[in-house]
Amino acid sequence: MIELIGLTKRYGDAAVVDDVSFTVPARTMTVIVGTSGSGKSTLIRMINRLVEPTSGTVRIDGRDTATVPVHELRRAIGYAIQNHGLFPHRTVAQNIATVPVLLGWDAKRIAARVETLLDLFQLDPKDFAGRYPHELSGGQQQRIGVARALAAEPNILLMDEPFGALDPVIRAKAQEDLKAIQKRLGTTIILVTHDMEEAILLGDRIAVMDGGRLVQHGTPADLLTHPATDFVETLIGTGDRPFRLLSLEAVESAVEPGAADGPAISAGRTQRDALAELIWTGRDALPVTDADGRPLGRVTLAGLIARGGRPS
Amino acid sequence: MAERGARARRLPRAGTLIRFAAFAVLVLFLAMPESFAPVFAPLTTNGAPAIYDRAPLIDLTLAHLGTVAVASLAATVVAVGLAVGVTRPAGADFLPLSRSIVNIGQTFPPVAVLALAVPLFGFGERPTLFALFLYGLLPIFENTLTGLTRLPPAVLDAADGMGMTARQRLLKVELPLALPVILEGVKISTVIGLSTATIGSTVAAKGLGEVIIAGLLSGNMAFVVQGGLVVATLAVLLYDSLGALERRVARRTGRRTG
Ligand SMILES: Nc1ncnc2c1ncn2[C@@H]1O[C@H](COP(=O)(O)OP(=O)(O)OP(=O)(O)O)[C@@H](O)[C@H]1O
Ligand SMILES: [Mg+2]
Repeated sequence: MIELIGLTKRYGDAAVVDDVSFTVPARTMTVIVGTSGSGKSTLIRMINRLVEPTSGTVRIDGRDTATVPVHELRRAIGYAIQNHGLFPHRTVAQNIATVPVLLGWDAKRIAARVETLLDLFQLDPKDFAGRYPHELSGGQQQRIGVARALAAEPNILLMDEPFGALDPVIRAKAQEDLKAIQKRLGTTIILVTHDMEEAILLGDRIAVMDGGRLVQHGTPADLLTHPATDFVETLIGTGDRPFRLLSLEAVESAVEPGAADGPAISAGRTQRDALAELIWTGRDALPVTDADGRPLGRVTLAGLIARGGRPS
Repeated sequence: MAERGARARRLPRAGTLIRFAAFAVLVLFLAMPESFAPVFAPLTTNGAPAIYDRAPLIDLTLAHLGTVAVASLAATVVAVGLAVGVTRPAGADFLPLSRSIVNIGQTFPPVAVLALAVPLFGFGERPTLFALFLYGLLPIFENTLTGLTRLPPAVLDAADGMGMTARQRLLKVELPLALPVILEGVKISTVIGLSTATIGSTVAAKGLGEVIIAGLLSGNMAFVVQGGLVVATLAVLLYDSLGALERRVARRTGRRTG
């Protein structure tokens, strides 16, 4: 668990981060969203003390981080930096091994770890381990940056716009991978982005920053249904709001009894996917099946429309 | 780890062949200078010797190179040390001061430094070493400063963020990344040293300057030319090989291509 308590950072007279408090429960992902210059990076960098707070406290599992030697603190927190920051004079394998080497792991364990991580990010170790960063594409560099942050199996991972340089296809894939990795390893993640879509997709909670202040903190559904300020509403984009709301929930929770014709949709897909399928195929109901293909009932156009509407 | 350097290797180019030939001729000339006598004979008058004979040329060359090597090594250690010191947070106040001190070394003409060094160190190798050392400082210091202050901020940030100590950051990240630029400074400084060392002979240091000065004093152009040619060839070969080393290091860090 990470607690931010009254965190403030001033440069001269300007409060770049102004009295921000929120808690990130263990094994969840919180996404910090905001426009450029709103203080997202500064906020995240106060957690591993790359920026010293002017005032306020960060507690990790109850322990004030100011009492921990700064190198130990940073080695225990994975950090995927904005613009990846790979060491250009070191190979991919050496880059990934940075923190394990600092922690004094033995060579065998490091080699095994590097291989596991490269596999995880679908980069063939035989091909990629010996490459230098300039021999990689931008997307591969970013994935290595994230792999490096994960190398020492940290319980906490800070990610500053990790998918910024990726094209939409690879980006979607990377987001999916991150979600899966987070579920599998139970890592507590704080991720920075200025893309609300990404925040809604990834975040268990979302913290919205505006001009150094925290304007709203809550679940994606909270934000969509009860935006705290006009700014949050603008970020969400009123035009997409019903679809985003539907994208938060699985088809499973919208199933109604009854049957329908045509190809079925799996209960694990999002309600937004179901709506898209209904519109695209010109039907008003879809059969729903579970993971093993057994019929569960149906999902209807009218039912979904009701769910995408403004909650009372 | 896979050896990827192989990809960068190429067939020798014309330039490489010419350098190799120059090196072969130089070695041959130093090993048996007498067989080159017919080449230099037209430059002599009144039956003066065509090849310098008061000391073996190979000894003079080695002494010359030795002096330059010692002075350059010392200059590298001191200049890099200084540059590292003034780029640390604790040493930042000394940046302007150390810059001016090193600049002073460069504003003195080499002969003046030598003349001033003689009363301090007496005649022989030592004033020459001192002058070369002083001369070598500036290029290395400047380049090391440039190298250390122009590192990509994201990379330094990553080093800190991974939990490196200041020392680990310096040794594992800053110096390796600045290495190509530092090497360039060493190259410039060494090549200047190589030619400056010839004037060391005016204060009785052993070196190739002896041949040129003897030629000037006795009006024997053959000596002047052969001394000059050996120094020039050494300078070119040294410049090239240090340049090749520098490019190799730079290519590995992805700073330059080709
Ligand atoms: N070292 C510093 N000195 C002075 N001002 C700073 C410093 N670092 C950041 N700032 C200012 O603080 C503000 C917030 O910067 P920060 O990097 O946290 O923004 P951000 O939300 O991460 O933006 P982006 O999305 O562009 O990365 C900016 O206005 C920036 O100019
Ligand atoms: Mg930022």
